[in-house]
Amino acid sequence: MKSISNADMRTLMFVAIITILAPFIMNPFPTESALAQFNAGYPDLMQRFIIFGILAIGFNILFGLTGYLSFGHAAFLGVGSYAAVWMFKLLGYGILPGLVLSVIVAGIFSLLIGFISLRRSGIYFSILTLAFAQMSFALAYSVLTPLTNGETGLQVYADDPQFLQSATAPNVPHLFGMKMNDTFSLNMGPWDFQFNFGYYICAIFMLIAFYLSIRIFRSPFGMMLRAVKTNQTRLNYTGINTRPYTLAAFVISGMYAGLAGGLMASMDPLAGAERMQWTASGEIVLMTILGGTGTLLGPVMGAGFIKYFENIFSKINETVLHGWFAWMPDGLENAIVWVLHLFTGKGWHLTLGILFMAIVIFLPGGLMEGSNRIANWWKRRKGGDNASDATATPAE
Amino acid sequence: MIYKGFDGTMDAILLQILNGLDKGSAYALIALGLTLIFGTLGVVNFAHGALFMVGAFCAVTLQKVLTLSKISIDPTKTDFLGNPLKVKTPYVVEWFGEGTGNAIIDWNVPLAILVAIPIMLLVGYIMERGLIKHFYKRPHADQILVTFGLAIVIQELVKANYGANPIPTPAPDQFVGSYNVGALIGLDASYPYWRLIYFFFSISIIGAVFAFLRFTTFGMVVRAGMVDRETVGLLGINIDRRFTIMFGIAAAVAGLAGVMYTPINSPNYHMGMDFLVLSFVVVVVGGMGSLPGAVLAGFLLGILESFASMNEVKGFFEAIYLPSIDQIIIYLVAIIVLLTRPRGLMGKAGVMED
Repeated sequence: MKSISNADMRTLMFVAIITILAPFIMNPFPTESALAQFNAGYPDLMQRFIIFGILAIGFNILFGLTGYLSFGHAAFLGVGSYAAVWMFKLLGYGILPGLVLSVIVAGIFSLLIGFISLRRSGIYFSILTLAFAQMSFALAYSVLTPLTNGETGLQVYADDPQFLQSATAPNVPHLFGMKMNDTFSLNMGPWDFQFNFGYYICAIFMLIAFYLSIRIFRSPFGMMLRAVKTNQTRLNYTGINTRPYTLAAFVISGMYAGLAGGLMASMDPLAGAERMQWTASGEIVLMTILGGTGTLLGPVMGAGFIKYFENIFSKINETVLHGWFAWMPDGLENAIVWVLHLFTGKGWHLTLGILFMAIVIFLPGGLMEGSNRIANWWKRRKGGDNASDATATPAE
Repeated sequence: MIYKGFDGTMDAILLQILNGLDKGSAYALIALGLTLIFGTLGVVNFAHGALFMVGAFCAVTLQKVLTLSKISIDPTKTDFLGNPLKVKTPYVVEWFGEGTGNAIIDWNVPLAILVAIPIMLLVGYIMERGLIKHFYKRPHADQILVTFGLAIVIQELVKANYGANPIPTPAPDQFVGSYNVGALIGLDASYPYWRLIYFFFSISIIGAVFAFLRFTTFGMVVRAGMVDRETVGLLGINIDRRFTIMFGIAAAVAGLAGVMYTPINSPNYHMGMDFLVLSFVVVVVGGMGSLPGAVLAGFLLGILESFASMNEVKGFFEAIYLPSIDQIIIYLVAIIVLLTRPRGLMGKAGVMED
């Protein structure tokens, strides 16, 4: 296999630079200013960007390439989290065994589910994965309580064995003694930038995951997956058994989800059943679609977009809105606040649902298609004749 | 005369069958609507659970409207602070008098059926013409996604309007309490009236839908359209319009299932999603596109679920380290059925297989 092309290299570099500089980029407003609530540069949120980015990249390998729409990916995320927390309980807080086990367990789990679900295609597949996700949720929530600690959620207790935990090791998830929640603050005038160790660990994993997904996209294997999406019947008639390919894609994307789950547990050593609910799977689908299915960069963008606006919108409650529109006449102010408060604060899911429908209806290619359209329109308006000069990001 | 048959085992079995019937009825009704929509329009409607919920909230809304009250001050009494006591009189009571007014409020759920039918038909019509119509030529994944988005929107709107807590919507007083069904066949199994009514109600709705498809010209054309839409269209029949109406009917069936379900389980905003997943399982087990299959699988899985929640069965599974087997039994059965009969119990070849 040849190494990756220049365009892909540029995409990878672009993502790498963005992730490395994220603590600066996400924090454009000074800490004391009124706009500081739009900052996203704190560790917890940035970690979520990255983790859900990994999840969406993995989901995209399945849905974007093969067109199999899985509604059960949250199950793998949850399984990964449980596996990692169990490693913390048994071996100690070093994150590596937890991450390795979470990927392996999620891989085995997705092999099982994929083996059964992939016997059918189209809608049946979606419904089967949905049923499996709900079953995993029920399993985690009540049936397998000894393993999952039921609705309380699995966490590390002081009397857990933790065989490999040395006396000097920190009592939180760590990598060779460096704590995940270590944060270095950099004060530059009114700005306050936070560099979190856990975030950079996640970022390294995300970049590796992203690189692998580029390789998969450009490999003969990826080509085969695309062929499955385009015309599976024809492949079957040419004598190719597509099942091993789709199953491999399913397992790979399950392992991505497992890795995301493991990282999630590494940032915060908890695992709960609600992570596996099918609405959580729906959210993964949302991210991928919103960003752009089948594109490299899209899912990461979608994940960041949703997590960012989830965070911002949830903060805007009625009081904040009243503050914004205080300059208006009272009646008008109340009317506007009443309308807007449906969509902000607790109403974030409503906004998400509407946005999602709008994307599916008008912009099936997601944000990537949108930005490409704008770029093309801009070029045409400029009268430039180099419209064929594709942007660095390939869109299918 | 009631005697205990076989140490009450028969009683327990009968009771579990009865218990399964009401949940099974709800599954069957929703699955029936889902199958109607697949069969006619070829669309997987992820918003069908939301329609079930909208129906339930028709009953809630009617209850709210009926109990809208005029607040008057009773000059003769005072409350504990010494202020004049405020008396709430629902407008309905004021207009129709004490007896009739209270009866109307009491019979809110059955009355809601009358309200829900036109509303649900309209909702179904708008949904099909406004949204689903534009998705016939798009991939199935897009149809799933857009209806999923719609389900989220509907659910969140309901949550914003009615809050997150379940709203109790009681059945008429006459139907509170239970009836000893077992006595009919010499066993002992008392069963709430309303659940019995729910069962018969859903049987009659299912019967009505089947009769409508079977014995009317309209139904005949729709069935022909399900088999070969193009030919029916070429014969000069406006099949699209009829399919739209069928969508409305499917929505109404789901809505009615929701209305009647309110006394059994107080409606909340996520009831639709909860039922949706199970209804999909029911549809797949029954065989996609098969109406009798959907109904049969609905009742079967409902009864199975209630059997799995029997203490004896639960105890057996607990002994092999699987507590609360009733939570996952449906999924397990669905997986087994699909592994052994990939097209479901009564499915035909080539339905929805890309």
